[in-house]
Amino acid sequence: MTTVEETDVHGIGQSVKRKEDDRFIRGKGTYVEDLVLPNMLHMAILRSPIAHAKIVSVNVDEAQAIPGVVAVVTGELLAQHNLAWMPTMSGDTQAVFATDKVRFQGQEVAAVVAEDPYIAHDALGLIDVEYEPLPAVTSPQQALQPDAPLIRDDKEGQTDNRCFQWETGDKDATEKAFQQADKIVELSTFYPRCHPSPLETCGIVADVNPISGKATLHMTSQAPHAIRTVFALVAGLPEHKIQIITHDIGGGFGNKVPVYPGYVAATAASLLIGRPVKWIEDRTENLISTGFARDYHMRGELALTNDGKMLGIRVELLSDNGAFFADAQPTKCKVGLFHIVTGSYDVPAAYLSTQGAYTNKAPGGVAYRCSFRVTEASYLVERLVQNAAYELGMDPAELRRKNFIKPEQFPYKSATGFVYDSGEYERAMDLAMNELGYAELRKEQEAARAEGRLIGIGMASFTEVVGAGPSKDYDILGLKMFDSAELRVHPTGKAILKIGVQTQGQGHETTFAQIVATELGIPTEDVLVQYGDTDNTPYSLGTYASRSTPTAGAATAMVARKLVEKGKKIAAHLLEVSEEDLEFKVDKFSVKGAPDKAVTIQDVAFAAYTNMPEGLEHGLEDNHYYDPPNMTFPFGTYMVVVEVDADTGQWKVLRMLAVDDCGKVINPMIVQGQIHGGLAEGYGIAAMELITFDDDGNCIGSNFMDYLLPTSWETPRFETHMTETPSPHHPIGAKGVGESATVGSPAAYVNAVIDALAHTGVRNIDMPVTSAKVWEAMQGAARSS
Amino acid sequence: MEIALRVNGQERTGDIEPRRLLIHFIRGDLGLTGSHVGCDTTSCGACTVLLDGSPVKSCTLFAVQANGSEIKTVEGLMQDGELDPIQAAFKEEHGLQCGFCTPGMMLTAAELLDRNPSPSEDDIRWALSGNICRCTGYVNIVKAVQAAAPAKSEPVATGSEA
Repeated sequence: MTTVEETDVHGIGQSVKRKEDDRFIRGKGTYVEDLVLPNMLHMAILRSPIAHAKIVSVNVDEAQAIPGVVAVVTGELLAQHNLAWMPTMSGDTQAVFATDKVRFQGQEVAAVVAEDPYIAHDALGLIDVEYEPLPAVTSPQQALQPDAPLIRDDKEGQTDNRCFQWETGDKDATEKAFQQADKIVELSTFYPRCHPSPLETCGIVADVNPISGKATLHMTSQAPHAIRTVFALVAGLPEHKIQIITHDIGGGFGNKVPVYPGYVAATAASLLIGRPVKWIEDRTENLISTGFARDYHMRGELALTNDGKMLGIRVELLSDNGAFFADAQPTKCKVGLFHIVTGSYDVPAAYLSTQGAYTNKAPGGVAYRCSFRVTEASYLVERLVQNAAYELGMDPAELRRKNFIKPEQFPYKSATGFVYDSGEYERAMDLAMNELGYAELRKEQEAARAEGRLIGIGMASFTEVVGAGPSKDYDILGLKMFDSAELRVHPTGKAILKIGVQTQGQGHETTFAQIVATELGIPTEDVLVQYGDTDNTPYSLGTYASRSTPTAGAATAMVARKLVEKGKKIAAHLLEVSEEDLEFKVDKFSVKGAPDKAVTIQDVAFAAYTNMPEGLEHGLEDNHYYDPPNMTFPFGTYMVVVEVDADTGQWKVLRMLAVDDCGKVINPMIVQGQIHGGLAEGYGIAAMELITFDDDGNCIGSNFMDYLLPTSWETPRFETHMTETPSPHHPIGAKGVGESATVGSPAAYVNAVIDALAHTGVRNIDMPVTSAKVWEAMQGAARSS
Repeated sequence: MEIALRVNGQERTGDIEPRRLLIHFIRGDLGLTGSHVGCDTTSCGACTVLLDGSPVKSCTLFAVQANGSEIKTVEGLMQDGELDPIQAAFKEEHGLQCGFCTPGMMLTAAELLDRNPSPSEDDIRWALSGNICRCTGYVNIVKAVQAAAPAKSEPVATGSEA
């Protein structure tokens, strides 16, 4: 029998080339816009040009009269079917199409369904909506003024614009820690509104079969199963008659988690008309109406002793939630997982008080490549730590080192209740410092300053919390955050793995097959990974918050282990030995001490259909629903070196070095690719990306000429390194990684710019750190010195 | 209006409204869905095709403007059943993730390599700066273009090998 080495099955740890690429490089991916169904109609949405206004009337007569227009859908029509409002993921309600008022610029008011998209857009211009403008509320501070116009007058009992109030941590203990402190360092900073902007916008082809009543919804969703359930609840459709198919998704980054009005309207239109209806957003619609990110006004304080021991952290948050509270987050969390704000540090006391406000802006705070607001938390603490180092006259790296949670402290319970699973923070930081040549660079920085050149070195030693559940702690709309996998091995030893999590470019077709390969010995190329069709995959809460590997990846390993157990019984029968005498290695069941007496997993699979021992159920397949016992806590240290132009405030990244630790790495090539992408998005957020509004609530940043994404030219060059600290509770030791770099890097970039100016007293510049803001900060520092 | 043009080496004709965008003609009328729409404002490059050999954003050209021209889309990159070196390199170097920008990115890169068989990293980054990618951070796209270059240039230093 030939020996198959572990590496021959192309399993965990190998940079296997991606299966999905073969179609993408040929232009043969199937994105929702590529679908053309027989008799398909096209829908276009009319949106409010005004941020806050009463709707006096909506006249659709002229639009309706255009040849080729099949229907005009208004809020009133939807209301007749009880579909004018829908629930949000944070337990609020959101208008599908406005009936009473419009509450943000870009809000959905009506839609035209036509034979051709050009005709649909022509007709939009002929819908006559009379608005009675109301004063717009464009900041949470303004929203909470006593005389602010009431935005949510649709909600019974709502008398102001307060959206929520929430606190966590130990207020008294934190108060005490601050009383004992030698030094209190404060930072007020705004993490501005930005937008995930996947290159493919959102869209749907809704196909409700008039005979069977079955709704087949081809749509851009990161969470197709959860969305199916939401659709069943919203639309009152029986869940077995809703099938969501995602096809290929052109990036998500959180933007494709929520249910948007366009999805509901297209489905309603298909149901009413009896023909398939396609709706594809344009970029402006995507930027002005779909899930934005951040928009947090943060005030953080860190209490320390003179020698740099952290005693407590206190945070006040004010969030701008837009017109509807539609944040995508677990039910019990009002500000996501922001309470991970103690970061990588052993901080004995923490307290967090938060409030959210309704404003006349787009709703739907999603985590843009982030696990439920961990990005904002990580940004705040990493900025605070650097500022604290300045105040104490310590090196920022040494202040971190002094306060890191030590390897022997894991599992570590944080002051806000998280139980960190594992980490070696110092190892990651030391690797980063050595690779960067930190000590030498500090000297160069000093020398440059003497010549009038401004060099800055910034770092961030972040810890993330990803992979929700456990189900006892986390649910979305009551749906518990477990995940699942179903594995079937065919008679000839080829396998199909069905998962409900949803790739948007992460490479699940390859990495999940690699898990099966390592666990079951069937080579990666012989494992087909199926996903993206709710009729044919097991239930899942979807892919966001870096949860696929921690949850469904674990389920995949566990179901494969179930098949190994069953396989052992079959192998015992084939080898005529007792099960206990067998061991499984790579792809073989062999007799302990007699490795030549063996059968392969392929032999066992064939026997499962042709020669099953009596009393054993035929077939070789199973499923597993995995409820994670804890989250996983990936971490790392990022270091950025910048040079700031003393005359113009322009800054340039000279080095960007990242050390990541995501536990056991399944596919190093893919993991590195994820980190590259996150570092670039992190740079965009730090330097360029901004959704803002004028005083009337007009969105500035409504297209890619105003909302600036980094191109290959601006994006820094990255140096990436890894350490590997396995998760002790995950079946293969893996942690999530898709978002680490967006979480950790913004603070590193900004810290670097601040570090270049810190000697002049500059302690904060809000993102995006444009050259104009840097220049202003330099002028301010010059004035006050 | 009637138009006639060559697309991926084949004669194609259409009878279309003057306002019809080239991308809609390519995707809708010709069924070549490899070219994508990402922004509608000539910013992102997902719709890039080669028009008489030069990369253009087909979302801001009318189809009638392409009358009589030679168009190449991602579907025309393969020759005689063989991948173009840029296609092979994108897979080999992990130069794509979600795949949405990839067709436009590869066409822009292919045109660069036609002009410049040994581009520097700066040459590549400048040439691709009209094509946005949200997934890769461009690192492996640059590597892929270098790998596909007929005359190889120095590889990019990106830290320890994964």
